[in-house]
Amino acid sequence: MAHDSTAHQHESSTKRIWQVFGILSVVTIVEVILGIFRPPFLTETSIVGMHLLNWIFIILTLYKAYYIAWAFMHMEHETKGLRRAVVWSGVFLAIYLIFILLTEGDYIYEVYKNGYIAWDF
Amino acid sequence: MTSSMDATVVRTGTEGKTWGGGNQPLGASYGKLMMWFFILSDALTFTGFLSAYGFSRFKFMDSWPIADEVFNHFPFLHGVDAPMYYVALMTFILIFSSVTMVLAVDAGHQMKQGKVTTYMFLTIIGGLIFLGSQAWEWSNFISGEYGALKTKGGKILQFVDGEGHRVALEDIAVMHESERATHESNKGLWFESESTVSEFTLESIKEGFAANDDLYIRTLDFNEEGEKTVLSRAESQNWLDNNAVGVVEGANLTENEYGPPLFADFFFFITGFHGFHVASGVVINIIIFFNVILGTYERRGSYEMVEKVGLYWHFVDLVWVFVFTFFYLV
Repeated sequence: MAHDSTAHQHESSTKRIWQVFGILSVVTIVEVILGIFRPPFLTETSIVGMHLLNWIFIILTLYKAYYIAWAFMHMEHETKGLRRAVVWSGVFLAIYLIFILLTEGDYIYEVYKNGYIAWDF
Repeated sequence: MTSSMDATVVRTGTEGKTWGGGNQPLGASYGKLMMWFFILSDALTFTGFLSAYGFSRFKFMDSWPIADEVFNHFPFLHGVDAPMYYVALMTFILIFSSVTMVLAVDAGHQMKQGKVTTYMFLTIIGGLIFLGSQAWEWSNFISGEYGALKTKGGKILQFVDGEGHRVALEDIAVMHESERATHESNKGLWFESESTVSEFTLESIKEGFAANDDLYIRTLDFNEEGEKTVLSRAESQNWLDNNAVGVVEGANLTENEYGPPLFADFFFFITGFHGFHVASGVVINIIIFFNVILGTYERRGSYEMVEKVGLYWHFVDLVWVFVFTFFYLV
């Protein structure tokens, strides 16, 4: 019975695996190169409170995460229901948590900087 | 007889339908589905840790350490400034072990026992190399490199020369015979203990600073150019005389020569928790590896168990991708 459920995957998908490995490697190499040289025009431009370089890093990370989940973890072969139950729940809660914690952290930073606390000792 | 059986069986009218029982509603077996939901909850745990790290970093936005200056070691390249290379290598090791894992799963779908064995073995080796690398990274971080001073307010003061190059405490300190030794249980009170006392005292550093005109203090605060601020000679002297309270070498849970102790705490906690996942992944992989060799899944007619541990292993890789970004890149 278990055999039946995997019957449609009998053909080997090694080609796809190596292709994804190539993508992940190239993206990692790009990240490392950017991380070492930190091009000034990327660290000087700021979008929504963060350097353009940091946005690039985050987007590349999500790009890698997508390939790991979809290709290596076979999310692309799962049903739509399973995919949404896992991905949407996780992404929604993560965004919510990141939003409140970073907002609060930034607020405390402002208090330290402009409030009545001197930290010069 | 037959009619009394009928009376006890409740018919729902949903037999054969997706949610009627006896099916795999989301097209995934029970075990696989539960592995996915375990991964989801574990992912949220890591989200909590990394968000807390982000919170602290936003709080100390203008004095957080620069990762390239903290993690700049590479094996056999002693004293060479090699930022990123080592952690990039670790990332590749983990990605590659993910590739061998997915190749094992693929071979399992084709019921090729030999191939599954080989790929599982390579995956385990990759995991062990990664763990060893992480231990090396920890040991560098714990022992530190240059050493620094701490102030009353918990700030860290580092030393640089006129060209901005870091200077180690051992090159500054003027040593005298009467330095205090670390207390050990066989000398004096056996029930008292203390952590290792640095061989340098604040006094020896002050004396060395006075003797060398080409020394300046660098604080953790970023200047306009986004670099750490180097104080003038007079300002350096002022901080040294009025605020410095002790010597810090390396990093632990309460002190950190690279910056706020929180940085070290989060580093130990997050990479440690991830390393714990890798270690348990290796153990689980070894168990499954032996099951593969023994032919358990061959007899069962399915290698789905390899697929399930594979999910966990890829998840560990997935988490590392984020740790890599938020600890070393951003």
